[in-house]
Amino acid sequence: MAQTQISLTVNGKAVEASVEPRMLLIHFLRDKLRLTGPHIGCDTTHCGACTVDLDGKSVKSCTVFAVQADSAEITTIEGIAAPDGALHALQEGFREMHGLQCGFCTPGMITRAYRLLQENPNPSEAEIRAGISGNLCRCTGYQNIVKAIQYAADKMAGVQEAAQ
Amino acid sequence: MIPGTFSYHRPKSVQEAVSLLGQLGEDARPLAGGHSLIPMMKLRLAVPSDLVDLAGIADLRRISQEGGDIVIGAMTTQHEVIASDLLGEKIPILRETALLIADPQVRYVGTIGGNAANGDPGNDMPAVMMALGASYDLTGGSGTRSVAAREFYRGIYDTALGAGEMLTAIRIPMPASGHGFAYEKLKRKVGDYATAAAAVILTLSGGKVATCASGLTNVADRPLFAEEAAAIVTGSTLDDATVEKAVAAAEAITSPASDRRGTPQYRTKVAGVMVARALARAKSRAA
Repeated sequence: MAQTQISLTVNGKAVEASVEPRMLLIHFLRDKLRLTGPHIGCDTTHCGACTVDLDGKSVKSCTVFAVQADSAEITTIEGIAAPDGALHALQEGFREMHGLQCGFCTPGMITRAYRLLQENPNPSEAEIRAGISGNLCRCTGYQNIVKAIQYAADKMAGVQEAAQ
Repeated sequence: MIPGTFSYHRPKSVQEAVSLLGQLGEDARPLAGGHSLIPMMKLRLAVPSDLVDLAGIADLRRISQEGGDIVIGAMTTQHEVIASDLLGEKIPILRETALLIADPQVRYVGTIGGNAANGDPGNDMPAVMMALGASYDLTGGSGTRSVAAREFYRGIYDTALGAGEMLTAIRIPMPASGHGFAYEKLKRKVGDYATAAAAVILTLSGGKVATCASGLTNVADRPLFAEEAAAIVTGSTLDDATVEKAVAAAEAITSPASDRRGTPQYRTKVAGVMVARALARAKSRAA
């Protein structure tokens, strides 16, 4: 099977690999790089469990070929915490506000919310709900997920104020 | 779900892309955002021999004003359409429509060109482009030709695109300043295609409709240009009796499929409701 050479950055590390063009990004991340944080939920572009950050965009990695990510910068849930293991404000928020029950959707939720807060650091509740409308959670009813994202937004704003 | 095998190409220019598409033959497909094509490939409903990825062609990603037209490159994403100040000011119906397409992740990747050119009657941009009187630049081995959006759609996945041709840009004549607009879409949930949807662009003069154009989404095997409905309201104040006639004219041209969104009769009625709502909201926004 013909292979294509790709080089990209995943969670800050340079990665070189040879992939079949038909290999989906989610399979590349999970099977080749053993980054099993991004989940395969619906496998049909609906549920958002496979969401990763690709060049500053939230994408569903079940609907992108790995070859399309050549020379891209990717962040998965594994790259969200600080290098010393300190939790990101979003991870802390999901813990503190009970933003998960089974946890299956959480990597996609946090990765998506990460980009949302980069673009809109102080979102309203409606903006949070619209922002995560491509991520499905079957446990929580979203209430605590919204609170978790609000918690993170508040914490990140506080950190910024303290730094000024 | 694993797609079938294919060869991957990433040209750097439109010329290189169309020359590849010409050489590779009809089993090759251009790849835009891929959010219609890749799901089809995962289901093996599409098994292209080659994908010609357009992502490396910078010329295809632009939003600009050229004379009296706004020109949008085919690879401009829905997210970029939503974020564009120029479009927000000059053609705000595009932002309203793009926000009703799929979900945030899909809009970061899905393109306006793919939405317009794919020929899926569920796509939202075609009816809007018909209402706006847009035209499509189709580029092939022998150059670029222009086809009106109103002439482009022939059936499900059947368009005026010839073999080896691809959509490179959408040209939209600048709508009059102060025009009213609305895209009304009924859908069951975020990410769904329309049960029925209607686009309306109109201008008012002395409280009466001076010009009006309308398009309908997902109520036939192709997007529909609701010419008669728009003609009926032109010259009126959009009084109830006139709107009722326009709604009947719009309903008369639909032939929706029966699917999980409803029966043909229901979807035809929904199309009428969407037309009435779009007319009212467009009027309320017109200066």
